[in-house]
Amino acid sequence: MRVELTVNGEPLLADDVWEGESLLYLLRERLGLPGSKNACEQGECGSCTVYLDGVTVCACLVAAGQAAGRQVVTVEGLTDRMTEPAALHPIQQAFLDAGAVQCGFCTPGLLVATHDLLARLPAPTDEQVRESLAGNLCRCTGYEKILDAVRLAAGRLAADASGGHGRNAAGPKPGDQR
Amino acid sequence: MEFLAPADLGDAVAAKAAHPDAVPIMGGTDVMVELNFDRRRPELLLDLGRVPELREWDRDGDRIRLGAAVSYSRVIAELSGVLPGLAMASRTVGSPQIRNRGSIGGNLGAASPAGDAHPALLAAAAEVELTSVRGVRRVPIDDFFLGVKRHAGAPDELITAVWIGAATGPQQFSKVGTRNAMVIAVCSFGLALHPGSAQVRTGIGSAAPTPRRAAAAETFVNAALQDGNLWHSRDVLAESLLTEFARRVTAAAAPIDDVRGTADYRRRALGVLARRCLQWAWTDYRSGSVG
Ligand SMILES: Cc1cc2nc3c(=O)[nH]c(=O)nc-3n(C[C@H](O)[C@H](O)[C@H](O)COP(=O)(O)OP(=O)(O)OC[C@H]3O[C@@H](n4cnc5c(N)ncnc54)[C@H](O)[C@@H]3O)c2cc1C
Ligand code: FES
Ligand code: FES
Repeated sequence: MRVELTVNGEPLLADDVWEGESLLYLLRERLGLPGSKNACEQGECGSCTVYLDGVTVCACLVAAGQAAGRQVVTVEGLTDRMTEPAALHPIQQAFLDAGAVQCGFCTPGLLVATHDLLARLPAPTDEQVRESLAGNLCRCTGYEKILDAVRLAAGRLAADASGGHGRNAAGPKPGDQR
Repeated sequence: MEFLAPADLGDAVAAKAAHPDAVPIMGGTDVMVELNFDRRRPELLLDLGRVPELREWDRDGDRIRLGAAVSYSRVIAELSGVLPGLAMASRTVGSPQIRNRGSIGGNLGAASPAGDAHPALLAAAAEVELTSVRGVRRVPIDDFFLGVKRHAGAPDELITAVWIGAATGPQQFSKVGTRNAMVIAVCSFGLALHPGSAQVRTGIGSAAPTPRRAAAAETFVNAALQDGNLWHSRDVLAESLLTEFARRVTAAAAPIDDVRGTADYRRRALGVLARRCLQWAWTDYRSGSVG
């Protein structure tokens, strides 16, 4: 079947999509967006986390057809692609600076989950961070550096926002229905 | 495989009538795992994610009609006040991503003995609304679960909503698992106080082939509360009452040994949960709070 959807603001379409395939497969194998990772295909690891109509979901658990006509934002959509080379989002930069990336497999999902968290709670407590990132597993870092990265990102975004640079919280979120 | 995404309820039930073997998919958090691992290859996938009637909830007098596809996240955000037990159970489900997608109706459709919504729905005396081209009926939650992953819906029926009374007293839910997030319950327990009818209702999860009430425990505690005039006096519950209640809840379970825990452990843990839930709910009741 054919699936048309909007990914990172761009209308895209794919043909010959198998009816039982996941949004994750569609993104990675048909639409050339391999940022979202496939590590379990059962909702356990969060590496495939994307926004679907403004809500974070595991792309491996959404049927491709269910995303037809919807707005999807992937980790690729967090970077500012208007600049050349594309500028990293402050959350991405914070993950690099804090050493929160080792093998990097969990990172795309954590970035999207953190983006969602900081859009809702610009100054989260450690407890809130842990709770919000509970669906994202990392086998390398032991999570401490990830927590550091989230704190660093929250601080920088808050400073940006109060400095009037116009990057409000974690940036705009498309739609917000669940 | 075929993929159908009806835009309204009429088309959805017509599709289910025409294809009784079609597999409905809402949040997909159960269905997609089965597809990804090739455990299921349905002829037809019936996406109900675009049916507006399933995605809404309304209040009709003192009852809430919760559309089947309403997610755990929305129950937590929008209904914690009126459906406190279900909201508590929802908070323990999976992760934020799973709660954003997974639905109460999907939990019922899967009818797993470990489904976290079930004990809360049993305790709240919910009804499951089933719709087909033949009409709409409501099945009391007590009659809904027929066996492991089997429920009362007919092949041409869709689960369209759950009807639940707005809480009139405190409710509790508690679950044992190996950690806080992303765990299937080793065992779980839900309890609701219904002061209007002077009833305590319960729900046991993950400790029998189906979710079930602890009927003998309810009979006991209802009589004890009545005889002691406790609904009125709001006195502290006696140790002996809590102990006997927990014993009867334990006796109502029929757990198995599996990778998550032994039957003995489940019985023991369930007794602890039952006692705590009653204690917590009663403490709330004494302080006059609802939910
Ligand atoms: C990582 C992970 C963690 C999880 N953690 C928990 C947990 O902690 N607690 C818990 O209870 N569950 C948990 N689950 C299971 C699952 O998320 C829940 O059962 C959820 O409620 C399913 O809802 P859904 O909308 O995603 O259902 P779907 O996957 O869309 O459907 C579930 C079942 O119901 C059927 N169905 C769907 N809609 C209808 C309908 N309208 N009428 C009739 N049948 C229908 C489907 O055919 C399928 O058999 C978890 C799942 C994953 C992947
Ligand atoms: S690949 Fe989707 S959650 Fe692991
Ligand atoms: S950095 Fe390797 S899994 Fe997280």
